[in-house]
Amino acid sequence: MTFISRRDLLKRAAVVGVAPVAGTFQSRDDRGAESPALHEPGVARPFQGRDRAREPLENLTAGEMDILDAVVARLIPTDANGPGATEARAAHYIDRALGGALASSRPAYTSGLAALDRYARSSRGAAFTQLSATDQNSVLIDVETGAATGFTGSSAAFFALLLNHTHQGTFGDPYYGGNANFVGWDLISYPGVRTMVTAADQQQLEKHALKPNHKSAYETDMFTKATARLEDESLPRLDARDSDAKAEV
Amino acid sequence: MATTLKETDVVIIGLGAVGGVAALPLTQAGIEVVGLEAGTWLTRRDFAPDELRNNYRGWPQGVQKANQEIPTSRATASSPTAPRGTIHPMQNAVGGTSLHYWAQSWRLNPWDFKVVSETTRRYGAGRIPKGSTVEDWPFGLEEIEPYYDKVEYEVGVSGQAGNIDGKIDPRGNKFEGPRKRAYPMPPLRGNEFLDKMAGAARSLGWHPFPGPAAVNSRSYQNRSACMYHGFCNRGGCHVDAKNSTAVTTIPRAQATGKLKVVTSAHVTTIEVGSDGLPSGVNYLTDGVEYFQPAKVVLLAGYTYENVRLLLLSTSKAFPDGLSNNHHQVGRHYFSHHQGAGVSALFPFNINAWYGLPAQGIAVDNWADDNFDHGTLDFIGGGNLWVYSDRRPIGAAGMNTFGRVPNWGSQWKAFIKENADRSNTSYIQKSTLPYEDNFLDLDPVVKDPLGYPVCRVTAEYKENERRIAAYTQDKMEQWYREAGAIAVQRGPVGGAMGVSTHAYGGTRMGDNPETNVVNRWGFSHEAPNLGVLGASVMGTSGAHNPTLTAQALAWRTAERLVKNFNGIARRRS
Repeated sequence: MTFISRRDLLKRAAVVGVAPVAGTFQSRDDRGAESPALHEPGVARPFQGRDRAREPLENLTAGEMDILDAVVARLIPTDANGPGATEARAAHYIDRALGGALASSRPAYTSGLAALDRYARSSRGAAFTQLSATDQNSVLIDVETGAATGFTGSSAAFFALLLNHTHQGTFGDPYYGGNANFVGWDLISYPGVRTMVTAADQQQLEKHALKPNHKSAYETDMFTKATARLEDESLPRLDARDSDAKAEV
Repeated sequence: MATTLKETDVVIIGLGAVGGVAALPLTQAGIEVVGLEAGTWLTRRDFAPDELRNNYRGWPQGVQKANQEIPTSRATASSPTAPRGTIHPMQNAVGGTSLHYWAQSWRLNPWDFKVVSETTRRYGAGRIPKGSTVEDWPFGLEEIEPYYDKVEYEVGVSGQAGNIDGKIDPRGNKFEGPRKRAYPMPPLRGNEFLDKMAGAARSLGWHPFPGPAAVNSRSYQNRSACMYHGFCNRGGCHVDAKNSTAVTTIPRAQATGKLKVVTSAHVTTIEVGSDGLPSGVNYLTDGVEYFQPAKVVLLAGYTYENVRLLLLSTSKAFPDGLSNNHHQVGRHYFSHHQGAGVSALFPFNINAWYGLPAQGIAVDNWADDNFDHGTLDFIGGGNLWVYSDRRPIGAAGMNTFGRVPNWGSQWKAFIKENADRSNTSYIQKSTLPYEDNFLDLDPVVKDPLGYPVCRVTAEYKENERRIAAYTQDKMEQWYREAGAIAVQRGPVGGAMGVSTHAYGGTRMGDNPETNVVNRWGFSHEAPNLGVLGASVMGTSGAHNPTLTAQALAWRTAERLVKNFNGIARRRS
């Protein structure tokens, strides 16, 4: 059985709580004009006001993360409709998951991000991170449709992987390091994880009057390890069954 | 060298939806049962409302033996093998997939048991699709009705009866066969959108009704009513309101003192004695080998594992696999045609965040033989099902109805407006077995122990594809009537692939030339071997298989209780 330790929960809640957010929610379509081409992947870039502080990376290299950050910002952009994958910290979610549940995708990121950057240079004449938003979009369309060259297998498969993981990092439970400040759930007006939804709650929802509760599933006591013991006391039947669970010979 | 354990009366392989049911009548009759389960106990604390873990990560909290043994699949014997899945549709745990299934708990309709004779009577023998190996079941609905009733009450099913002893109640399914009494609980609650869909169906002259669910609509047997929190689809229940066997029949069987539950038991083969009869089961726990001798073996895995274990269990008496001397193991395989869905976009929110897939409105007017097929070019039909089910990651991946790209600013604006405005129906279609659809062992792909995995060779044929197109028309009509502004249809069907509704492979029937088990669920060739699950079913009907598989499991167990000495192997 998998439990989340209290310490992990607090640590992660703290991360969510202080997650730095890009300065404004204005469109990044003007980014090219505002921020000059700055760097090669892996080379330190001068501090820019709109750069957010980056936590230590767990799996990706700094250069890979630069590219991934830029990609997710195009997939779910920050624009007139509010925060996007950048503010949700989708790339951070992916970095962390690549050492765990998504570990089997690590090689795909190594080769896919490198191929994407090579393709940007060969087809558009600059590193992906240095292209304008418009050019980044056109590169990504080539990757999505399988038209981009230089990938191991089809670029479309890598794109599908990126998009899927970006959705996970934007709309998944914040416990996993994405959907920071619930920006993904707010975007689609998801009223939040609840353990009980009464008929009256449903009617409130139907009247557009159910307020988002902004909770991770793991803020509910019953799903944390810290309170598991209390749960056991209230459910002696479960104890009895657990003790039965060993293979007897 | 395996450790040989003490002999038991009955060993059940797999304590899931069907093994968990069979254990109850056996142990209540005083028969000693050992239940071997590959997974472990999971409890409500393991069932966090977590879409990533439930729907994208294959339940990492459980021992997922199944994920190491995902079948391979191809459309036909000459097709290339399809890319293999990464998550098995079923799961291992005490309670099995009944922990996280949708819990739609349907009886089959009377026609489903008599497809051949009824089709011949009404339309002529020429209407049975070419190449189909379909047979009538060895009995009709009236034989299985008492067992449907037992399971509905023991496990707990919510629903609205439509036909009690021939008296039709228009609030329920008027096409259902006669039942002796009402469901033990009223149906799950409705909501604004479901009411709208029901009204639209009625204005078309159809007969909508709430579907049956193995989910408590009110507290039942000291367990909570459903909390409608929205994580039931591939999610376990945090208040035990979903009536998996882990919270119903298995604890009751344990209370008799006659059921020994052995978890983390990875069964490898069924052993056959020198008398040519099954003598017990070999399994591994933490890499250590055990042999559990038994007088009766009940095989109660999922369809793919039932077939695989029989084929892997070779012996002098059964050189091609246990109970396979007539070469019927793996034949008559089919999976429910559940694809070819229809999606609709509405100009208003439908408020589906807090529902469950078993909470919905059904229309059976176009199912089975409930409508005249005289001028149509197919037999059978589909159940139309509209339900409440939505979670955030899935909502973001919604169908964009060709209106915007799948990412970027336009897409973001689209989902901001429409994330709660789409609905996708679920249409289960009568699916038949065919000569060239089958299961066998993959010649190349092996599990981590070196045993071949199951291989699916199967595709939907013309009859299923025509049902799909026909029922899609009806579904579109229904959505449009309710105000949909856009409707999209899935493809009508090709390769079957690996399914949550896998039938056949150990079919039940009187003729041992074409069936693996007899009308009671025991092997024609090895009489102390019983097989439980949808692998014994020869037709699917247009409704979920679980309740039927559970009713059959109860019936097989009851047969064993009444005839134990006639069925059990004598010590040789």
